[in-house]
Amino acid sequence: MQLTPADVRKVASLARLKVSDAEVASLATDLTAILGYVDVLNEVDTTGVEPMVHAVELHNVLRADLVVESLPRAAALSNAPRSDGECFLVPAIIEA
Amino acid sequence: MNYDVIIGLEVHVQLQTQTKIFCGCSTVFNPDHPNVQTCPVCLGLPGALPVLNGRGFDLAVKTALGLNCEIARFTKWDRKQYYYPDLPKGYQISQFDLPFSHDGWVDVVVEGAEVRSQKSEVRSEETGHPTSNSSPPQPLSSLQSSPSLSSSITRRVRILRAHMEEDAGKNMHDESGRGRDSQVDLNRAGTPLVEIVTEPDLRSSAEARRFLEELKLLLTYLEVSDCNMQEGSLRCDANVNLHVHQPDGSKVPTPIVEVKNLNSFRFTEQAIEFEVARQWEAFQQTGIRMGAKGGHKATRGYDPTRGVTYPLREKEEAADYRYFPDPDLVPVVVDDAKLAAIRSEMCEPPASRRDRFQSEFQLTPYDAGVLIDQGRAMADYFEEVARGCGDGKQAANWITQDVLREMNQREQSIAEFAIRPDVLSALLSRINRKQITIKSARDVFATLLNEADESTGGSEQPPVAPQPVLSVGRIDEIITAKGLAIVEDTGAIDAAIAAVLARSEKAIADFKSGNEKAIGALIGQVMKQVKGADPQAVREKLLTALSR
Amino acid sequence: MVSNPTALPLSELIAKLGARELSSVDATASYLDAISQRDPKLGAFLHVDRDAALRQAQAVDAQRTAGQPMGLLAGLPVAVKDVMCAAGQPATCGSRMLKNFVPPYDSHVVTKLKQADAVLIGRTNMDEFAMGSSGENSAFGVTRNPWDTERIPGGSSSGSAAAVAARMAPLALGSDTGGSIRQPAGLCGIVGLKPTYGRVSRYGLIAYASSLDQIGPFATDVSGAALLLEAISGHDPRDSTSVNSPVPAYSATVDQPLAGLRIGVPVEHFAEGLDPEIERAVREALAVYKSLGAELKDVHLPHSKYAIATYYLIATSEASSNLARYDGVHYGHRAAEFGSLVEMYEASRGEGFGAEVKRRIMLGVFALSTGYADKYYTKALQVRRLIRSDFDAAFADVDVIAGPVTPTAAFKLGEKTSDPLSMYLGDIYTISANLAGLPGISIPCGFTVAGLPIGLQLQAAPFEEEKLLRTARMHERATDWHHRQPQAQEG
Repeated sequence: MQLTPADVRKVASLARLKVSDAEVASLATDLTAILGYVDVLNEVDTTGVEPMVHAVELHNVLRADLVVESLPRAAALSNAPRSDGECFLVPAIIEA
Repeated sequence: MNYDVIIGLEVHVQLQTQTKIFCGCSTVFNPDHPNVQTCPVCLGLPGALPVLNGRGFDLAVKTALGLNCEIARFTKWDRKQYYYPDLPKGYQISQFDLPFSHDGWVDVVVEGAEVRSQKSEVRSEETGHPTSNSSPPQPLSSLQSSPSLSSSITRRVRILRAHMEEDAGKNMHDESGRGRDSQVDLNRAGTPLVEIVTEPDLRSSAEARRFLEELKLLLTYLEVSDCNMQEGSLRCDANVNLHVHQPDGSKVPTPIVEVKNLNSFRFTEQAIEFEVARQWEAFQQTGIRMGAKGGHKATRGYDPTRGVTYPLREKEEAADYRYFPDPDLVPVVVDDAKLAAIRSEMCEPPASRRDRFQSEFQLTPYDAGVLIDQGRAMADYFEEVARGCGDGKQAANWITQDVLREMNQREQSIAEFAIRPDVLSALLSRINRKQITIKSARDVFATLLNEADESTGGSEQPPVAPQPVLSVGRIDEIITAKGLAIVEDTGAIDAAIAAVLARSEKAIADFKSGNEKAIGALIGQVMKQVKGADPQAVREKLLTALSR
Repeated sequence: MVSNPTALPLSELIAKLGARELSSVDATASYLDAISQRDPKLGAFLHVDRDAALRQAQAVDAQRTAGQPMGLLAGLPVAVKDVMCAAGQPATCGSRMLKNFVPPYDSHVVTKLKQADAVLIGRTNMDEFAMGSSGENSAFGVTRNPWDTERIPGGSSSGSAAAVAARMAPLALGSDTGGSIRQPAGLCGIVGLKPTYGRVSRYGLIAYASSLDQIGPFATDVSGAALLLEAISGHDPRDSTSVNSPVPAYSATVDQPLAGLRIGVPVEHFAEGLDPEIERAVREALAVYKSLGAELKDVHLPHSKYAIATYYLIATSEASSNLARYDGVHYGHRAAEFGSLVEMYEASRGEGFGAEVKRRIMLGVFALSTGYADKYYTKALQVRRLIRSDFDAAFADVDVIAGPVTPTAAFKLGEKTSDPLSMYLGDIYTISANLAGLPGISIPCGFTVAGLPIGLQLQAAPFEEEKLLRTARMHERATDWHHRQPQAQEG
């Protein structure tokens, strides 16, 4: 699987990563090498094998519907890069 | 008409839990105090982990059962990935390929445009509960449609699936147009939602509205959601397109448009109407069909002030949500016991209750509809009165007329209404047992309400004195005090008649000279003297007296 | 007064604290001094709050003097990898992205440490977001191997391993997603244990790959690892994947040898690629077990050769999602220069993440993207089950599986930074345990001629930590590798 610089840029935009031209070049090389390596999995016959999502098989882990005290607003906003003391602030979101 | 309107809805319903879907923060609607109902989990802080709200899941299953859906025995949680400031984790926990429920339906009584119901009734009997791959059902004639609404039909709207997901927070944009920063409030983030997806079975904006009204009625009856649209507890996206009839009899579909985030029934109706007109015009000009170049699905918003839909900005790259199972959450297995427990919590859904009111209490579809649409409390009130007095028609008349009128005047809910069902049924029983006349009963009814109003100082102010219980006993006190009891004591009536005749030569003369009306005046005078007398009895006695 | 508490074996340190021959304040102070002397050369710590640590120690001493019941770790300094949240302390994950992040809450393990009366002595360096096998991927400088400061200590729990190896802390916590506890423990000549998935709560552990991450102990000996594991294990209702089963008294049983022990030797782990020096040391360790009456059996793990490919698809897919939250909106780095909201995301993430993290996010996004998810992500999940089945079959015949931790001893700093794939291949022996969810432990079993530590890995069936620790202790009791200390500490 050969990744072109264009492929890399598309993935980077999906990942919301700003990448320099130099990074695009090296990522194309590295990812192509890694994808080449993982192709060994094609040797394995996995027909009918149930995908294993969890390392431990649990189900129906549920919480009671009871209110737990929330964080004070100051704590909730304490790590915000920008806030007005009430809300998180982000650059204007263009709706339409 | 040379096109069909094809509508499918995606409805987001907020479940009535105390806490969020994956953490213990309160779900109380609190827009005036942003970011006070958050914790590491719903803030998406590094290291925090979700744990499913068991009550929330049960309410979701209850919802799906109400929608006649099949409940999956195994369901899991998936991450839907996209970036938006109101989505703190960069993904929404939702359900992708294994939703907890699927393949249901809701029957909606709609105004039938075309008369083509007879055949399709048979057809629907055959197919029974439709499945997502069967073709959209034709309208089937309604067993419950009233004679007055002869053209009304029942539309079976198929539910493709209903799945659970977490709500996002709220972004607040600078309205000044100066492009100032947007604000993000995460109080709402993590509120439990059920997304209900219908098949494209609706054929007009009116039908879409009726569906939403019936859905809201169902969900409030089931007490799974308050469906408060002002608070965003019920939101709707509408998928709309046209099937344009061709001369050769074939139909050409126009590109599908999804109108997003409609937060009122009226806006939904208006947005669909606008889209239908817009798409028809566009098709006539461009002829672009679904899937053709420039015919891909588009998303639009609705501007209520201008009454128009507008294109929402398309993302720079096609959305790729990269769904995958959330490794932080484990699957839910629904076994028979769990299902039975949830079923036992179910109440009778409004549609079947509407039918039962007609069959059990001989109500007209109209009266049954009025009572059901008032909500579950009113239906319960009616049923208690109807059983109490043994006369459903009588109960329905009184409740749909007198009770509703007085309630509305006082801006009360049925729960607040001073005359409780036991008292009303006692009053109505006295009519049925011919102990008082309907006229007298209205008198007692009004008197009881005045007493209630006085004791609360009128419905406006808060109660100045504790509200006295309007007891059944109070009815009889009023009857006696006002002498409203029907009197069978013929002695008293005969005496009154004699007295009246003694001083009514003229009336008697008129009567004998053939003026039948004169009898009315005489009856009136007798009734004045003997209040509780049965007017019919008085009339007969007078006639015999006069015929002597 | 004890001359140099940091030179004491853990058992003696505990004994002296218990007998009040040594105060926690003195013990803590001498470890803090060791940090200020030795760490400038090693770069194992990112954050040390001397006063806070001494205050905690003082409180524990007071508690002991008052004759109150004491926790399992009473007065013992414990270093914590900078990936586990502690309210009010920075948690950078070795990333510029979280340079200024201070969590408002405690992770479950930190709560457990406090309940056990431990002293939180400092936050240790790590590969950024636990992505790395060398300790070179930290935004705040590399960590060096105490045995040879020109070499890597292993990763991603590089700081915790180096801190314990250099006796700057008697105990430390790490996290292990593909070997990040066992591999640095092996390369630093100490004991490191990765518990069964679900044994220790992940609540407050900043996620790399949620279905593989697990927190575990570092110690200078097996008993220390048993003690710390016992303190942090147990059910936590805040972690849906935390298993609700009782915690054995590991520290009480660790000294009991196992009779009739059957040790599996995975043929695939002694194939080409394994450095002869390592193989010799591991085979010697196996001989030790034989001499102790254990039975050695060959076992086969036919799918283990696919473990690295499987791991790097699953781990990066989960990581690409877990790290999506770092977008500069609610916490973390926000770029100074940007136009639109989207540009803010891209610039903040582009600046905040290092090269290896970007590489893995890109791989994960690709592996999950439309058209490729089935070929890569789902395929890997299927092979994962086959890898687990290999182990289930093997553990039907044997109690533990023994083999090398790494194919080679610690390599030189910068030796593999230019070739990510060759770096990944070094995880060959440790990765399977994470995919299968098994417990694994690394213990010292020798040295190369160059004087670099060699580790022995033992793996057991799920929730068999007790068996694992007792087996490890049998070898430790019969050898003295764990008494050796790096020279780097004298300084």
